Amino acid sequence: MGGVLAILEQREGMLKRVSYEALTAGRRLAEAKGGRLHALAIGPATLDPSQASRFGATTIFAARDDRLRHYQPDVYAALAEDLVRRNGYDAIVLGATALGKDLGPRLAARLSCPLTADVTALAMEDGAIVVSRPVYSGKAILKLRVRAVPCVISLRPNNFYPEESPGDGKLQELAVPDVQLRTRTVQFKEPETAKLDVAEAPIVVSGGRGLKDPANFKLLEDLAAALGNAAVGASRAVVDAGWRPHSDQVGQTGKTVSPALYFAIGISGAIQHLAGMRTAGVIVAINKDKDAPIFKVADYGIVGDLFEIVPRLTEEIKKLKASE
Amino acid sequence: MRRERLRAEVRRVKIAVCVKRVPDTETRIKIAPDGKSIDEAGVKFVLNPYDEFAVEEALRLKERAGEGTEVTAIALGPEAAQETLRTALAMGVDRAVLLTTSRQPMDPLITARVLSAELRSGGYDLVLCGKLAIDDYNHAVGTMMGELLGAASVSGVSRLEIEGNGGRAEREVEGGIEVVEFSLPAVVTTDKGLNEPRYPSLKGIMQAKKKPLETKPVELEEETLEVLELALPPERKPGRILGEGPDAVPALIEALRNEAKVL
Ligand SMILES: Cc1cc2nc3c(=O)[nH]c(=O)nc-3n(C[C@H](O)[C@H](O)[C@H](O)COP(=O)(O)OP(=O)(O)OC[C@H]3O[C@@H](n4cnc5c(N)ncnc54)[C@H](O)[C@@H]3O)c2cc1C
Ligand SMILES: Nc1ncnc2c1ncn2[C@@H]1O[C@H](COP(=O)(O)O)[C@@H](O)[C@H]1O
Repeated sequence: MGGVLAILEQREGMLKRVSYEALTAGRRLAEAKGGRLHALAIGPATLDPSQASRFGATTIFAARDDRLRHYQPDVYAALAEDLVRRNGYDAIVLGATALGKDLGPRLAARLSCPLTADVTALAMEDGAIVVSRPVYSGKAILKLRVRAVPCVISLRPNNFYPEESPGDGKLQELAVPDVQLRTRTVQFKEPETAKLDVAEAPIVVSGGRGLKDPANFKLLEDLAAALGNAAVGASRAVVDAGWRPHSDQVGQTGKTVSPALYFAIGISGAIQHLAGMRTAGVIVAINKDKDAPIFKVADYGIVGDLFEIVPRLTEEIKKLKASE
Repeated sequence: MRRERLRAEVRRVKIAVCVKRVPDTETRIKIAPDGKSIDEAGVKFVLNPYDEFAVEEALRLKERAGEGTEVTAIALGPEAAQETLRTALAMGVDRAVLLTTSRQPMDPLITARVLSAELRSGGYDLVLCGKLAIDDYNHAVGTMMGELLGAASVSGVSRLEIEGNGGRAEREVEGGIEVVEFSLPAVVTTDKGLNEPRYPSLKGIMQAKKKPLETKPVELEEETLEVLELALPPERKPGRILGEGPDAVPALIEALRNEAKVL
């Protein structure tokens, strides 16, 4: 039958932004191929996947059960595999999130089909899917033509802008398959304070060794709060020093982020740090060393002492937000 | 009591670690004249940094269990990957297997199939991999092998306990930590934070030369992903230094608001 299946991701019953990105990329691919866009949503009983219809899904399959509140790899893989076998999609798209980076390879192995991971651009050329993906820590871009059907494609978050396109999304419930759980998620530990994750936030304010002391990250937290929708990130140097948790680390051995706006404050811009943030929309650097490598990738820079600049910036942003 | 039990049970575990030879992260990437691969001249190759966590974890499990546990390092790659395996042997791995090929597949499933065939014949209880190879960034091979072997698998693990016929792992995900229980045999892929990999000691390096390293040529399946181009990333348009010190802040706000339109 062809067509595309977008696998959606949720938290607390709400679809995440990556789901709309997958739907948007999936719909464009389906249109180019002349097929349909289906969606698969898995989550707790309260999950409402109807929004997928506004993004072009013609059928929305939903497996809703409180046992699926958190990612259960064996169940998710079985549900997706079954759907692909029944409906014969040309492509399966999902976000390259912690979930997608685990589920994508499982699905490709079960379906004996190729996987293109962490894709930043997707097109149809001469009837074949063509993808671009960063490799060598973002130091090169690999363009691949997919020569097999189907193909699993994971999309780097924040690279496909969600675009509405009404579909007539009929909802179809799926029963939870009775599969053996070789791997079981038994608990989800949330951080004490609910905060945005650096990999998902539209704005990231990152700090490095230039902050001098863990307590000074308060300056960045204030800036992030003033901006709203922002998460605080960190370089490896300060994570290794124990100033910030590893979950905040941006870079090659940390998270890959692609926010609309990225601040690098007191960060030199080592190649391994750049690996994690060079695809951000706009990069701002604040550093007292005018020769710091971070200025080579920054769109805007201010040279000077962050302890003077950041409080002023926070103050100005607050003023701006108050005037809106 | 509990410790004793753990020791007795870990003893039976046979561990494999998959290690890949990759260009060092510091390497400047130059594109080869074919426009489809990197120019390897002058490139320094290393053991994939994430695989160091896997090797270290295998060695710690072995040390805890005492004699009787064997750790095997396996690589798929060119003859030169012997060097990568020697590094693992020098860290303390017992033996190594090199599956020789002239190229690294584009489709991670092809790699996973070749490695799985070797793993299956070895009858391992636990397979440790890195969560991703820093050259292809696929984040796939370990998890695929779990499926191919019909084993449990957990990816991106930053805490691991093996006990009895199973284990418990933690993996960092967006907004929290998943705590996962699994049965053995299993494939676990490792993330930073799991441990601090050791450096090979001089003694280790000497001993590594005498440890068994078997090479087996393998045939790869036909490629399903065709490389059209490998290119340097588009240059970011040249940025601007807006000024020095706090007085430059209004210019920054202006630029973010009216030029970049992100505020
Ligand atoms: C295998 C490997 C993996 C790695 N992975 C990562 C990774 O994932 N992420 C990562 O970030 N790094 C990673 N690194 C480490 C990386 O190489 C750098 O060491 C690290 O990024 C440096 O952190 P930093 O910029 O905070 O510190 P530094 O390099 O010390 O830079 C501090 C900066 O602060 C500036 N500064 C100081 N005081 C002030 C002030 N008052 N006002 C303004 N500016 C000031 C300085 O001019 C300097 O540029 C990795 C390294 C290796 C080898
Ligand atoms: N050619 C290879 N030889 C041995 N192990 C590999 C190879 N390719 C991938 N792996 C293993 O699989 C992990 C993930 O690789 P990848 O899916 O390519 O990002 C690596 O960290 C290795 O542990």
